[in-house]
Amino acid sequence: MVEKKKTTKIKDQLLRRTRLYIPGNNPAMVQNAMIYGADSLIFDLEDSIPIAEKDAARILVRNALQTLDFKDSEVTVRINSLDTELYDDDLKAIAHKKLDGILLPKTETLEEILFLDNLLTNLEEERNLSQNKIKLMPIIESAIGVLNVEQIASGPRVVAIGLGGEDLSADIGLRRTKDGRELEYISSKIIIACAANKIQAIDTVYVDVNDTEGLYNLTLKAINMGFQGKSVIHPSQIEPVHRAFMPTKEEITKAKRIIKAYKEAIKKGSGAISVDGRMVDLPVVRRSERILKRAQGNKKTK
Amino acid sequence: MKVNKNSVGRDIPDELYGKKMIPFTGKGKGPYRERKSTKTFRESTPEQTKVIKSLRSAIKKGELTDGGTISFHHHFRNGDYLLNMVCHEVAKMGLKNISLVPSSIQSIHKEILPYIEKGIITNINCGTSGVIANAISKGKMEGLLTIRSHGGRARSIEFGDVDIDIAFIGAPTCDMYGNINGVHDEFACGALGYAFPDAHYAKYVVAVTNNIVPYPNNPISISQNLVDTVVELDKPIGDPKGIVSTTLRVTRDPKGLRIARDCVEIIKASGLLKDGFSYQSGAGGTALAVTQFVHEYMKAKNIKGSFGMGGATEALVKMLEDGIFEAVLDVQSFDTYAVKSLLNNPKHLEMGASQYANPFTPGCAVNKLDTVILGGTEVDVNFNINTSTESDGRIMHGMGGHQDTAEGAKLTIIAVPLLRGRIPIIVDEVVSINSPGENIDVVVTERGIAVNPNSQHYDTLMKAKHLNVKSIEQLKEEAEKLVGGKPKDPKKTDRIVAIIEYRDGSVLDVIYQVKV
Repeated sequence: MVEKKKTTKIKDQLLRRTRLYIPGNNPAMVQNAMIYGADSLIFDLEDSIPIAEKDAARILVRNALQTLDFKDSEVTVRINSLDTELYDDDLKAIAHKKLDGILLPKTETLEEILFLDNLLTNLEEERNLSQNKIKLMPIIESAIGVLNVEQIASGPRVVAIGLGGEDLSADIGLRRTKDGRELEYISSKIIIACAANKIQAIDTVYVDVNDTEGLYNLTLKAINMGFQGKSVIHPSQIEPVHRAFMPTKEEITKAKRIIKAYKEAIKKGSGAISVDGRMVDLPVVRRSERILKRAQGNKKTK
Repeated sequence: MKVNKNSVGRDIPDELYGKKMIPFTGKGKGPYRERKSTKTFRESTPEQTKVIKSLRSAIKKGELTDGGTISFHHHFRNGDYLLNMVCHEVAKMGLKNISLVPSSIQSIHKEILPYIEKGIITNINCGTSGVIANAISKGKMEGLLTIRSHGGRARSIEFGDVDIDIAFIGAPTCDMYGNINGVHDEFACGALGYAFPDAHYAKYVVAVTNNIVPYPNNPISISQNLVDTVVELDKPIGDPKGIVSTTLRVTRDPKGLRIARDCVEIIKASGLLKDGFSYQSGAGGTALAVTQFVHEYMKAKNIKGSFGMGGATEALVKMLEDGIFEAVLDVQSFDTYAVKSLLNNPKHLEMGASQYANPFTPGCAVNKLDTVILGGTEVDVNFNINTSTESDGRIMHGMGGHQDTAEGAKLTIIAVPLLRGRIPIIVDEVVSINSPGENIDVVVTERGIAVNPNSQHYDTLMKAKHLNVKSIEQLKEEAEKLVGGKPKDPKKTDRIVAIIEYRDGSVLDVIYQVKV
């Protein structure tokens, strides 16, 4: 028997249909971030913050982590990339027990992940945080990053990889279109790298905040390709994305039957599961679990 | 001074400025009073002409004296020049101690401030905002501001609590014999609903216009048998830019949209949203968003409502045009789209203020409402709503039809943010009460929904588990936690500058002069 490679990955299949970017220097937006029902929140210290505002943003996000109640939302921060002089102060400001994860922009190599993992391990120890508490979510925004995504996806703490469509387009020199077909190859590459490592692939932002139907349609396409979430830049984008992720009644009924059959099979100790006369494998069970989780999520954040 | 506690816990003086105050005792229990004054009857002959050229002659013909009362409608809104023009004339004539009965005072009326300070205008009966409201808060007016709802205003005029000597009715178009409508030409403001009680009950009725049209004017909103004289002026009586909006915008504030979506969820969960549904909302950004979402939902589910009411807006009229409603009942039209619809669509009906909301009639339209969406400056843990004062005690707003629709509708929803800037909106006790908590069913904020335990919908709504329902106390505490404590009480003197009447004429609350 071939020994499968063992990973030390954090077990994490949180629902991340939407992750909402919030400029870290805007008090009103930070204060209200949790009311819109996004699965995940990203307080941004990077591109939306002008250089002169970096300190203000760090302090505001730090205070927000200390004082606000984020309810059910996962709380993450996008720090400045490792090729700046800013990331170290970012990490020191935000390493807090309420921080669930860090988005690393412009990730290009596994070494960056290992480096950051090391810094976080030290910080967690210093601040008495539980080990491996802070997860990593790299963003692929360059051609090199795309080429290295398989390794990046295997890195410690990594639970999701985001596609940064805007910077990536500039780096490659491609032109963005409304239906996003120019990103199909890159998307698929990221999705497969993630699937192979049992982590999540998150689709890039949709920049036209007034076109909610365009966003809805493109999200459907992203879901079909295998993305498990979408980054959003405005609260009004949450509803259309969640609507797209909502499984159909038929999908839910079928998923329920599969899970039921699976549980019965385990109870009976029987290896083979059959639903409607068709064999069901483990990946299908996992997919059914995901469908039910999405359906459940929609109920909560309607 | 003897005071009586009313049923919402406020101390109401027995008497104020020589007038007896009847404390509020709960809805439907108000004092039913005999009409104090009857309409004066006038006669006319075929030879008489009504058209004159000056406001002064009209004031003289109406025999206005010191201590007299004059009224106005506010449908020219912040484009109204008429109230200012009449007040200038009254001042020039040396009259004093005049009571104003406008249906609203807007910031454009700041020109009358000197007359308030000099004792030419000593009492105002209506909701008011801006500079004038601020001056009254600071004690600059000799007499009293009486804040009434739209229905309460109609009642007070019809019952003679307010006895109007001359009603000045700004007329977008008028014929030489006094037939008025609001749907034609550049000053078109749509429905003239709030001028109806004035036209019917004032001792003398003056139409003021820049547009004399051939007889008979068509359609007729206010008719010739009510109008004593027509003043034709060359000087414009209004500014079209301030009269109606070209477009009222649905909010783009994500917080407002979040609140709007939850309002719709509440309406759905109440079980009222079915065939025959009737609905009213205001023209604010969040209210418009609710209207739009209700429209989308009813269309998708093929639900046929009965009527929409308002404050007509483009959003409401589009529901009529889409076949969602059978009629729109319109007491004032907020935008040009609604004005055009009132002119062209036979299903868009104009109504007077009394027909809309006067409780002392055999039936007003608010009683037929299923759902109304309202706002407020503050809400307290007893669900009392403040619309008139800010947290620092200053008068800032009127109240529109808040009390009327809140009492009339089966489901009254208050849509407010939990915080405005650093000010908590849900508090232990509101600064002043405009709408008693017994009429309020649900308060929707961006951070949760509170259902009034006394609401008839309480059990039904508590079953809707997908709604983010909390107690009103929880919401209040959440607000206080976010801003770091309770708001301070406003600093005030012991002089009462305003009273807030309930729609039945009893007194809900008093407002004190603020300490500057």
